Amino acid sequence: MSDRSLQISEAPWAGAEVLRASGLVVDRDSSVALDGAGVTLYAGEIHALMGVNGAGKSTLVAALTGALPVVGGEIRLDGRALGRMTTTQASAAGIASVYQEASLCGNLSVAENIMIGQEARGRFGIDWPETHRVARRTLSRLGLDDLDSTTPVWALPVAERQLVAIARAVVHDPRVLVLDEPTSSLEPHEVERIFSVLAGIRARGAAVLFVSHILEQVFAVSDRVTVLREGRDVGTFETDDIDRAELISVMLGQDLDSLRMLGSGTRPHRQEPEGDPIYRTDKLGLRGAVAPVDIDLYRGEILGFAGLRGSGRTEFANVMTGSLRADTGEARIDGRVVKMRDPAQALRLRLGMVTEDAADDGLVTGLTVRQNIVLARQALRGWADPVGAAEADTLVEELTESLSIPADLIDEPVDRLSTGNRRRVALARILATRPRVLILDDPTRGADVAAKAAIERKIERLAGDGVAIVYISSEMEDVVRLSDRIAIFRDREKIAEVSSGPGLSVDTIVELIADDSHYDM
Amino acid sequence: MNSSKPAGAKGLVAEVVRKQYFWGIIAIVLLLAVNVFKDPSYLAISISPTDGNLVGNLIDILRAAAPVLMIAVGMCLVVATGGIDLSVGSIMVVAGAVSMELLAGSNAPDSLGAAFIAIVVALAISGLLGAVNGVLVSVVGLQPFISTLVVMLAGRGLAKVITGGQNTSAVNEPFRWVANGYAIGIPVVFVLAVLITIAVGMLVRKSALGLMIEAIGMDAKAARLAGLNRRGLLMTAYISSGLLAGVAGIFATASVMTVDVSRTGYQLELDAILAVVIGGTSLAGGKFNITGAAIGAILIATLDKTVVFLGVSSSATPAFKAIVIVALCLLQSERVRALFRQRRIQRPTGTAATKKETVSA
Ligand SMILES: Nc1ncnc2c1ncn2[C@@H]1O[C@H](COP(=O)(O)OP(=O)(O)OP(=O)(O)O)[C@@H](O)[C@H]1O
Ligand SMILES: [Mg+2]
Repeated sequence: MSDRSLQISEAPWAGAEVLRASGLVVDRDSSVALDGAGVTLYAGEIHALMGVNGAGKSTLVAALTGALPVVGGEIRLDGRALGRMTTTQASAAGIASVYQEASLCGNLSVAENIMIGQEARGRFGIDWPETHRVARRTLSRLGLDDLDSTTPVWALPVAERQLVAIARAVVHDPRVLVLDEPTSSLEPHEVERIFSVLAGIRARGAAVLFVSHILEQVFAVSDRVTVLREGRDVGTFETDDIDRAELISVMLGQDLDSLRMLGSGTRPHRQEPEGDPIYRTDKLGLRGAVAPVDIDLYRGEILGFAGLRGSGRTEFANVMTGSLRADTGEARIDGRVVKMRDPAQALRLRLGMVTEDAADDGLVTGLTVRQNIVLARQALRGWADPVGAAEADTLVEELTESLSIPADLIDEPVDRLSTGNRRRVALARILATRPRVLILDDPTRGADVAAKAAIERKIERLAGDGVAIVYISSEMEDVVRLSDRIAIFRDREKIAEVSSGPGLSVDTIVELIADDSHYDM
Repeated sequence: MNSSKPAGAKGLVAEVVRKQYFWGIIAIVLLLAVNVFKDPSYLAISISPTDGNLVGNLIDILRAAAPVLMIAVGMCLVVATGGIDLSVGSIMVVAGAVSMELLAGSNAPDSLGAAFIAIVVALAISGLLGAVNGVLVSVVGLQPFISTLVVMLAGRGLAKVITGGQNTSAVNEPFRWVANGYAIGIPVVFVLAVLITIAVGMLVRKSALGLMIEAIGMDAKAARLAGLNRRGLLMTAYISSGLLAGVAGIFATASVMTVDVSRTGYQLELDAILAVVIGGTSLAGGKFNITGAAIGAILIATLDKTVVFLGVSSSATPAFKAIVIVALCLLQSERVRALFRQRRIQRPTGTAATKKETVSA
């Protein structure tokens, strides 16, 4: 897919300075998360904020929106210095935000979520009809007239939730809109929708700051980009003046030559699977989630699941591990029928899964990175046979290194990690259980460029070691590049299976998904 | 990012000072100081001329600490899982009632065999009551507070049924020795209690049990996803607590060779919780510290003895203990700590920028 497909009309951004943050210092618990970071935003620009995991992007967002106290530096809005402020004061001043983990109330309706805390008030308290009118007006301004404002938020797909969160942020025409990874794990068409909304906001003269790890998106929509590294801003560039390699080298703080290893070559694909499948499903399905599916998964192969969100790919992955309980068909591991009940049982069968949902990552809050990794290995062994210190060291070192988890994080409690680093620890935790079958749902979500490359290399190495892998990603290109075979899902069923190879491209798969012929039954 | 630890003896001291049970040790010293102030010979330990055993107030304190130590260790494990065990006092009285009844009804009441049977049966029943707690919490899914409250009420009733409402007494020298005997001059109860504490400590720390219990206490859902057997771990914690309460019950009744169905173990759950909290284990579950709980137990015994020694009305002790618990819980609460922390950050310890501001202001 070309960068152009995401291109939004040119920005009229040579506007006035709206927000200038400089020398910001923010402490998180005992450590310094921001150590002199700043960013300047002009009216009518879309400004990208980049940096590796843990660079301080979310912390900067939180500082700008009053969610974390600033102990040094200053924030000026329209030239006026803002003192210590709460989130309410920040949004009253015109700084609106959408956080990394969208925080909406699942049980409330779309309109209620948009308006909560900023309801229209009449003489007798909240004016509900007016409140709903404002909500609908905001939605239609964002081009979301088709969204029913009375549906509860839990019933919406992730992308629309993200859009609701954005709508909530723009009700009162903010001067500055700050978004923390609004697009990670969204489908291309969903991303486009969000970006066209952002372009609309820019056109009204506001400044938009958004965090993303995805270079294509940054180049496609942003006017300028600021890079953070280790809590400081290390450069601001016009996106037209910098190329990808340069940007990556600024982010990582390494020169271009040492970055060759990040090249994204296609890996040599194995020919055909041999032997008996290690995991086989026979009409395995769950009514309402995914129609019965047959899958054969062999040792040492990567089986990609392609399909849009809601196509059944994630649902089937969950059925495969017992996170969702199948109601038809059967699953066999090594030829023996198994009934998947819960994660503990899946682990005993040496079946590991990384879920798409960050809240379900299985990391024990309060334990350190090391303890979480060791605990996973320990759970497999039972309490009576403790993992020795030497063994634990080797295990932790091997896993953190291969997933490029910084060594100084190993003894930090996991709740102090940035989102991207935490997700990588969740992956390390699963790998510590030495799975024979590994199901990865969007394992590179939220990972920075280097981390993403490291994860993909690790996956290839695991396959080389004989692990059978199911790989799911919203980035179709990644699925095509990594997989040996690809199962294609649409409308809650598996519609085709193709072997990967030089001949296969993303377009082939997109065509298969778009193709209606299999409906002629 | 790792706070660098100063090495050597100084480092060790700094390490201990940071531990919450450091304040427990300070409190013990203060209480003893108060006693010495009243009677300068309070700390004197003499060797009894008749049998060569150590006697003195400190020895009395150690002896009194033994039962509290046992229930505190059990409570520590349960609290770490994120639960609480209100039934320990009642399990104590059941263990006492069972052993006294067995001894009193035995054919050879004063034999070693009778003592052995009494102890084994009492422990079995205590473990069973702990298992009831475990089942209610982990299988039925009741809240620990409610589950153990039920067993607490039922337990004392059960003890009354066992003894027919009487305060049963018995005579059995080996059984009495458990609480009143001496081994190399030191009270046997205390030696036993310390040995059991060390054994439990070793078991949980040398195996992976401790880490697993902490994990389910910190984040039950994540621990389940990580493949831990939550049910089994909860059962282990509650059964251990029951067994240890049984031991405490035997200690408590053996010292007077009588079970007092309405007073043995009465309100001792409060002491156990207090000991655990003093030791730095948060009632919210998660990280636990058995050493700390042991120090807490000794502090409570010291407190009890001090109150008696000073002649303060003993009915005031529970109120005093309650105040200590509330104060410690406040100290452990995130919000209160954050308050202290913010104060500190606002002082000019921060960055150059804040310094400048405070100077110019
Ligand atoms: N809740 C927290 N408590 C303590 N420290 C934290 C917390 N969250 C993040 N940190 C620390 O603050 C620093 C910056 O983290 P931040 O979340 O801002 O990174 P980020 O750039 O958003 O990374 P990511 O791409 O992974 O989202 C890191 O060193 C991290 O360890
Ligand atoms: Mg972040």
